Amino acid sequence: MSYLELQNLTKHFTKRGGLLGMNFTEVKAVDGVSLTLERGEILGLVGESGCGKSTLSRLIMQLLEPTSGSVVIEGERLVDLPHSEIRKRRRDFQMIFQDPYASLNPRMTVFSTLAEAILTRHPNLASDRHSLRKAVSDLMERVGLDSRFVRKYPHEFSGGQRQRIAIARALATEPKLVLADEPVSALDVSIQSQILNLLKDLRDELDLTMIFISHDLSVVRYIADRIAVMESGKIAEVQEAEDLFKDPQSQITKTLLSAIPQIR
Amino acid sequence: MALLEVRNLRTYFHTRDGVVKAVDDVSFDVEAGQTVGIVGESGSGKSVTCYSLLNLIPQPPGCIESGLAKFGDIDLLSLSEAGMRKVRGSRIGLIFQDPMTSLNPYLKISTQLIEPLQIHEGASKSEALERAVAELDAVGIPDPHKRIHSYPHEFSGGMRQRVMIAMALITRPEILIADEPTTALDVTIQRQVLDLIKERQEDLGTAVIFITHDLAVVSEVCDYVNVMYAGRFVERANVKAIFNSPKHAYTRALQKSIPAMQSKGKRLYTIPGLPPNLSEDIVGCAFAPRCEVKEGDPCCIDTRPELVELEREHWVQDCPGCLSARI
Ligand SMILES: Nc1ncnc2c1ncn2[C@@H]1O[C@H](COP(=O)(O)OP(=O)(O)O)[C@@H](O)[C@H]1O
Ligand SMILES: Nc1ncnc2c1ncn2[C@@H]1O[C@H](COP(=O)(O)OP(=O)(O)O)[C@@H](O)[C@H]1O
Ligand code: SF4
Ligand SMILES: [Mg+2]
Ligand SMILES: [Mg+2]
Repeated sequence: MSYLELQNLTKHFTKRGGLLGMNFTEVKAVDGVSLTLERGEILGLVGESGCGKSTLSRLIMQLLEPTSGSVVIEGERLVDLPHSEIRKRRRDFQMIFQDPYASLNPRMTVFSTLAEAILTRHPNLASDRHSLRKAVSDLMERVGLDSRFVRKYPHEFSGGQRQRIAIARALATEPKLVLADEPVSALDVSIQSQILNLLKDLRDELDLTMIFISHDLSVVRYIADRIAVMESGKIAEVQEAEDLFKDPQSQITKTLLSAIPQIR
Repeated sequence: MALLEVRNLRTYFHTRDGVVKAVDDVSFDVEAGQTVGIVGESGSGKSVTCYSLLNLIPQPPGCIESGLAKFGDIDLLSLSEAGMRKVRGSRIGLIFQDPMTSLNPYLKISTQLIEPLQIHEGASKSEALERAVAELDAVGIPDPHKRIHSYPHEFSGGMRQRVMIAMALITRPEILIADEPTTALDVTIQRQVLDLIKERQEDLGTAVIFITHDLAVVSEVCDYVNVMYAGRFVERANVKAIFNSPKHAYTRALQKSIPAMQSKGKRLYTIPGLPPNLSEDIVGCAFAPRCEVKEGDPCCIDTRPELVELEREHWVQDCPGCLSARI
């Protein structure tokens, strides 16, 4: 049984337009997407901006209600579960975003950010400061942060380090599925490699299933087992990462490949 | 004589935490029509280098401690603000990562495009408008007659980038400074913007100073490349030499760390450690603590290696370690 199955997922938005906002147009942000992911797999999700990648990830996260279609986790359709059960499952999914600065609370130290996340999974640690502190520093070391910096604030870190904090926070709830939405797009090329290595190590160590979203095929190639290319809300093609580079089937994949800056 | 000659530029910030030596003795030339890259990681001093030339450094805390920037018969660094206003936005254009840095959200594109022509060239309104429409057309804005009366937010991200380029080039500057103009863009839009910059440059003969952290982008657009690290240039050469025979340990490490250059399956190479804190005194080679060329025994720890011209037009910090290492 696959870990995650998307069955004909669709999300339509109504957009106001026209002179007085009187015209309504329908945007098919996600338009009949079916995909399966095995446990421990990293799926790359690639496409130009506006093609529906973030909307798809929010549907999987249950942050958006699909217009139609369903998300199936380990054989269970999420819509069939009671609300309390969905809320519990949601802890199994975590997101990492492009801009860790926007997603981290600037007034919280690394310690408070991570402790808060750990407590959602282990509320009993609230009365055990020693173990909580240990859990926080273990987490920091796991993502390659010096645990001496536990009392610092997000702005005191570099972009790459902030992304590590965001990754640590995502891991704090011990998720099974991680959705990383353009996690390296805002970073220096030289720092991207560090974060990619980290995410891959974490998948290996923690048996995570991961969806790695990017507009840049060259970044996805390294980390993904399979790559799904999206265009206008639809999946244009899905292939093993190397096969996609060797033998692209769709026009959009070819366009994305030819846009990669080449070292000559 | 080069179009622009920058010599011994040092720009420091005097902050509460000490003196940040953002640009520490940088020299370079820009020839007419050439594209010169400045490449380096975030915080290495690329933007400060260029903003120093245009009097765009907040002073205080910033201070241009020394240097000369000869542009024709003027020194940009000693120009009054009034004198600078004649240069900035007319003889030297500027584009940024975020187009909204140079576009006013409350003014129609038409107003913003014709203003520099009226101010700098005394063009009449109708003449300026005509040229503005032609410029929008040249950067690939469809339906420019109509679109010129739109506001910036009515354009998509990629189109706004084009408008910014039109605005920077409308006065036919001799130099265009492009500060990470494609860093925030999708690869497909990045491709279009890079092609557009190259195309306009060829048409107009503008020299370009292109700032980026992405070596792959450098290889696509630049003729010459300056590699910047911790406020200094560590290597300079034409783009072929930088990629085919890099000399400095940092240039090599930077190249090796690009994800796209590495093969799948293996662990990605990353540069160990972090760039130095620029408010601490750097004695000797700034890259020494992270240098893997001289394992255990970094050279140049007490004297700062000078840039020397090792081969014709290939400059590199004169360090025995970097220069003897084989890749
Ligand atoms: N809340 C929303 N309301 C209306 N339209 C939306 C909303 N969210 C996304 N869209 C539209 O859906 C499409 C897909 O957006 P998105 O999923 O963010 O794409 P991507 O992440 O691939 O850039 C876009 O056309 C976008 O404008
Ligand atoms: N206004 C300022 N005050 C203090 N430090 C500054 C200021 N502006 C830039 N710096 C410092 O100067 C250094 C170089 O910055 P910058 O030129 O923006 O780097 P880059 O463009 O290469 O990313 C950085 O260490 C930065 O923190
Ligand atoms: S070999 Fe010497 S100059 Fe070159 S990076 Fe290492 S320490 Fe610096
Ligand atoms: Mg998105
Ligand atoms: Mg900069």
